[in-house]
Amino acid sequence: MSATFLGMPGSFPNNAEKAVQNSQLRYNLRKATHTIRGRRASVVGELPDWQELRAAGKAIKDETLRHLDRYLLQLEEAVTDAGGHVHWARDAAEANRIVTDLVKATGETEVVKVKSMATQEIGLNEALAEHGIAAYETDLAELIVQLGDDFPSHILVPAIHRNRAEIREIFLDRMGDAPEGLTDEPAALTEAARLHLRERFLRSKVAISGANFMVAETGTLVVLESEGNGRMCLSLPETLISVVGIEKLVPSWRDLEVFLQLLPRSSTGERMNPYTSTWTGSAEGQEFHLVLLDNGRTGVLADEVGRQALRCIRCSACLNVCPVYERAGGHAYGSVYPGPIGAILTPQLRGMGSDLDASLPYASSLCGACFEACPVAIDIPEVLVHLRAEAPHGAAERAGMRLAGWVFGDRARLAGVQRLASRLRKLVPKRLPGPLSAWTDTRDLPDIPEEPFRDWWEREERHGRP
Amino acid sequence: MRVALFLTCVNDTLFPGTGKAVVSLLRRLGCEVDFPAAQTCCGQMHLNTGYPQEGVRLARHFTEVFAGYEAVVVPSGSCAAMIREQYPKLVKPGSKGAAAVGRVVPRVHELTEFLLDVLKVEDVGAYFPHRVTYHPTCHSLRGLHLGDRPVRLLGRVRGLELVQLPGAEECCGFGGTFAMKNAAVSAAMGADKARNVLGTGAEVLCAADNSCLMHIGGTLARQKTGVRVMHIAEILAATEAGG
Repeated sequence: MSATFLGMPGSFPNNAEKAVQNSQLRYNLRKATHTIRGRRASVVGELPDWQELRAAGKAIKDETLRHLDRYLLQLEEAVTDAGGHVHWARDAAEANRIVTDLVKATGETEVVKVKSMATQEIGLNEALAEHGIAAYETDLAELIVQLGDDFPSHILVPAIHRNRAEIREIFLDRMGDAPEGLTDEPAALTEAARLHLRERFLRSKVAISGANFMVAETGTLVVLESEGNGRMCLSLPETLISVVGIEKLVPSWRDLEVFLQLLPRSSTGERMNPYTSTWTGSAEGQEFHLVLLDNGRTGVLADEVGRQALRCIRCSACLNVCPVYERAGGHAYGSVYPGPIGAILTPQLRGMGSDLDASLPYASSLCGACFEACPVAIDIPEVLVHLRAEAPHGAAERAGMRLAGWVFGDRARLAGVQRLASRLRKLVPKRLPGPLSAWTDTRDLPDIPEEPFRDWWEREERHGRP
Repeated sequence: MRVALFLTCVNDTLFPGTGKAVVSLLRRLGCEVDFPAAQTCCGQMHLNTGYPQEGVRLARHFTEVFAGYEAVVVPSGSCAAMIREQYPKLVKPGSKGAAAVGRVVPRVHELTEFLLDVLKVEDVGAYFPHRVTYHPTCHSLRGLHLGDRPVRLLGRVRGLELVQLPGAEECCGFGGTFAMKNAAVSAAMGADKARNVLGTGAEVLCAADNSCLMHIGGTLARQKTGVRVMHIAEILAATEAGG
């Protein structure tokens, strides 16, 4: 059973400090993110209207969010008309209870799962386990993560931090039916997983999924994937339960045209993903339940700057271009949503009550690569800065920043500090004490000049040009 | 042409040589340079670290100090981007502050923009016989969209051999208070940047922002690499006659 992120200790800087020293992790992350980054750049580059598509994606999502209440009711009606059942969940506990009750009603104690961020966000697998229901992940990478009692570390490539030798060991130890003599060849590993999962698909009566999109007009849910495991989950079991965040809506079927171009190119760097499954209500012989999840989203919607995070289509392009993610890895973010999008989504969904969540808005150098890559133009740096203003600050930092503000507030005060620094320049140690050592642990200080520019300028003005 | 120099607090305090270079370069190109002595800081550190109250006060101060000038030159991509991109978001539309910001913002130019877009010179008559690599810095690149302006200017410097920096568009890891708050990741990013710089075999790393150079240069110096960092203004100001 994969562990849950909720209540994870540490802060981002502490978690990241450990991660940057992990050579295997650094190597894997650099290789994987640069590969996907390159693929994305080439397939995005071949579309002359990419910026227009991006603007359209943003506009559609903004329009949906502005009238979310109306579109959600339209969706509920359409799903119900098509024979599905719609449930509303205010928070994680309510969503977990609804799903648990639905599974219990079938009398089953096993479910198969399609890769889903929303169910990880609410810790559904753990909640089901408490009621004696085993949930089996069927996405290859999620299976690796689950078998290894591990956390996902990337939205698209959850096991990005593992190499194939580790995966072979996990399979041999934990999969039960792993073949003897299993090698760490990718083909052998996927074949072992395929045989293991195929048997599960045929046996399971209940499946749980998320969705990439929900179409309000028709009540259709859409899942994009690469492996085909999702489609087996969606189509074979007798009961299908989909847990979907309320922001996943698009108004009409036509709107998908935009997102089915934006998502695969931004995500896997493919022109089109191998499997796109759509379903509307209850298909023949299958009972369908849709659990609409709020879990903090309406709170995010109320924030005029922060709400743009709800446009996110979970492509992970921002992770793959982020220099901080590339070095810190996904686990440092302590959330199912890592990387730049996680740094703005997690503190908004969970609040900033813990050290970890309060440190997330600072997990960025504000380099802007994420904003540039985002297919729905979420201005992540803008939201980060906005959240920093709301984050709790330590007393020492507050005092320091207030003092700096006072000094900068007046030229005479600034000049006074500059002259003092110049006078004491010979006394400044190579290694600074206390929190200032954060600079000098790894970098030399610049030499403090004999005089600030303003003094040189004043002299020059007084005596004419030198 | 009369121009006001907004040097920035970092340059004023730590890198007066950059200020002197800008003054000498602009005078050489026929500008009359003024340094409004009341200037302090654009407010970037406070605004980006989550202290909007102090930041807005400093932004207001900047707007007042530079209100009367026809052109304001800023030798920092990051501070120029702060003024141009963030200031308009700090004011209420239709307010007096919005009008003041609306007047000053279009007159603010990052140094290389000013040279190419306003003065329309590409060859500034500089001489710098060294092997140089250029780091574009994030706010110059993705904020101001300086594009190839700095490289065009460097390309016309006599004696200068410009070498391409691999991974140039990646952040160096400075990020203002990020360098302190996330020191480990910042250092890791700086180490990778330093490695790329060393790979070019350049003697000098050049950028249009001294704060990024302070971080990369501090990293290069700690590793005893012998690679110098220089603000682009100092290269453009250098001539065969010296100075």
